[in-house]
Amino acid sequence: MAMNLDVHAIRKDFPIFDVVRERPLVFLDSAASSQKPRAVIDAMTEYYETTHANVHRGVYAIAEEATARYESARARIGRFVNAPSEREILFSKNVTESMNLVAQSWGRANLRAGDAVVLTQMEHHANIVPWLMLKEQLGIELRYVGLTDDGVLDLSNLDELLDGAKAFSFTAASNVLGTLNPVRALADRAHAAGAVVIVDAAQFVPHMTTDVQAMGADLLAWTGHKMLGPTGVGVLWGREELLDTMPPFLGGGDMIRDVRLDGFVPNELPWKFEAGTPPIAEVIGLGVACDELERYGLDAIREHEKQVTGYAIRTLTERFGDDFTVHGPLDVEQRGGVLSFAFKGLHPHDVSQVLDESGVCVRAGHHCAKPLIRCLGVGATARASFYVYNDEADVDALAAALDRCGDFFGL
Amino acid sequence: MPGLEDLYREIILDHYRNPRNRGELETPPAHRVEGFNPLCGDEIVVYVDVEGGKITDIKIGGQGCSISQSSASMMSSAVKGKTVEEARALTRAFKALMTIHESRLDGGDGSGTDTPTPDPEVKLGDLEALQGVVKFPVRIKCATLSWNTLAQGLDEVATP
Repeated sequence: MAMNLDVHAIRKDFPIFDVVRERPLVFLDSAASSQKPRAVIDAMTEYYETTHANVHRGVYAIAEEATARYESARARIGRFVNAPSEREILFSKNVTESMNLVAQSWGRANLRAGDAVVLTQMEHHANIVPWLMLKEQLGIELRYVGLTDDGVLDLSNLDELLDGAKAFSFTAASNVLGTLNPVRALADRAHAAGAVVIVDAAQFVPHMTTDVQAMGADLLAWTGHKMLGPTGVGVLWGREELLDTMPPFLGGGDMIRDVRLDGFVPNELPWKFEAGTPPIAEVIGLGVACDELERYGLDAIREHEKQVTGYAIRTLTERFGDDFTVHGPLDVEQRGGVLSFAFKGLHPHDVSQVLDESGVCVRAGHHCAKPLIRCLGVGATARASFYVYNDEADVDALAAALDRCGDFFGL
Repeated sequence: MPGLEDLYREIILDHYRNPRNRGELETPPAHRVEGFNPLCGDEIVVYVDVEGGKITDIKIGGQGCSISQSSASMMSSAVKGKTVEEARALTRAFKALMTIHESRLDGGDGSGTDTPTPDPEVKLGDLEALQGVVKFPVRIKCATLSWNTLAQGLDEVATP
């Protein structure tokens, strides 16, 4: 049984909650980007103040130290997701860049006109647009797994969709609906059909124990800034045998072993995929973010988010009845701490603006998932998302602010 | 810090709750044009009927937030019955209001900006209620969506 999170103590780790404001900060937008603990900020500052130099180049002491810290953070991050080897941990800017890497490197090497790639209708644009670009470039076919009315994947025709497909690329957790997809089962079915399995784990890795070996994917992408780490660093994990067959994505510094005027030899893994000076301080910061998350306990974080999300669904539906509609599954076992909702027919922008007046930060818009938003039959949603520093008091603040919102618009 | 009352003035809320000129026009003779706000997903459809250089009728469709909807409603009331040239002048004046430099809000003179110069003869009337939107920069695109869409429509009518 996981220990409960001590939210009161955890909030003290985050300097942003110490800032004196007109109204206390009720931050419910961690699905867009989480706040940063003091330990991460300090580690990055300390690195810059004491031992910054470029990595993999200088032979002087601080350059050796910078390289050691960068590479040890890679190993740390690999352990965080139970990667068999740090050679399988590649750093990019974010999930969007990782998905472009996969499409342009694996895709161009393995797909021909008419080949099929299967996606789902709940994908973030990061897992749609790179494939649409490949469709324009190569003439591949895209197939989409649909959704049920409950906001879960409709798997009734999955075998048909996977038939002859070369890849199945899907999200582990929806950034709009909160839906948790059965990654292992989907990966097994895709593998049985001979497809490569690519997983967008941006909303998964920050919130629960991640074991890339148990999940069964071939490639899995996530980002640092949603898991207490800095912006500017994304991670792509891939099975070594697969990564070895993939050509480089971006060309330039650091990713080569040799360059002549008429050709080049790429570097070995993982540097083959890391062109140019990498985000050194960011990778170091992300390593410390892993420490912090493990100190809190990933199982405890998952339990905590279930508890707060369940409380939110109960409180808000009891208080507002039909005026409050959740998009996505209601069962917390089937969902993460992302709660998209409609309120009294108000436009999410107006809801978000009035909530801001109460210090409550929620996201409003299409959440970079326009096909999904169209599928829901709305123009946009308001979205509250919960993390380690949120608790039931934040939900109560949201409920009170929604009350004021209804009053303000005379509804 | 600007308050909600700066943004949601009573007249704006009135146009939001009771939008004017909501609906569709037959095309042709009317011209139909769509506008999108890619950031928030707002979509607007403007139907505009131009005869003899005059906007004889206008209808608004689509969906969006209170600012984009009320701005579209106020726009439709303001340009209906006006000549195309008058509507263009009004559009320039409204966009100038929306691009007003922040220093002006704080009492500065706003010089040194690329703010378009509105015709001083053009009277915005009720539309000035939308001035508070400027204090909420991300919402400016909501307010200008219908105007940009109208401008596009009038251009298309002029050069079919």
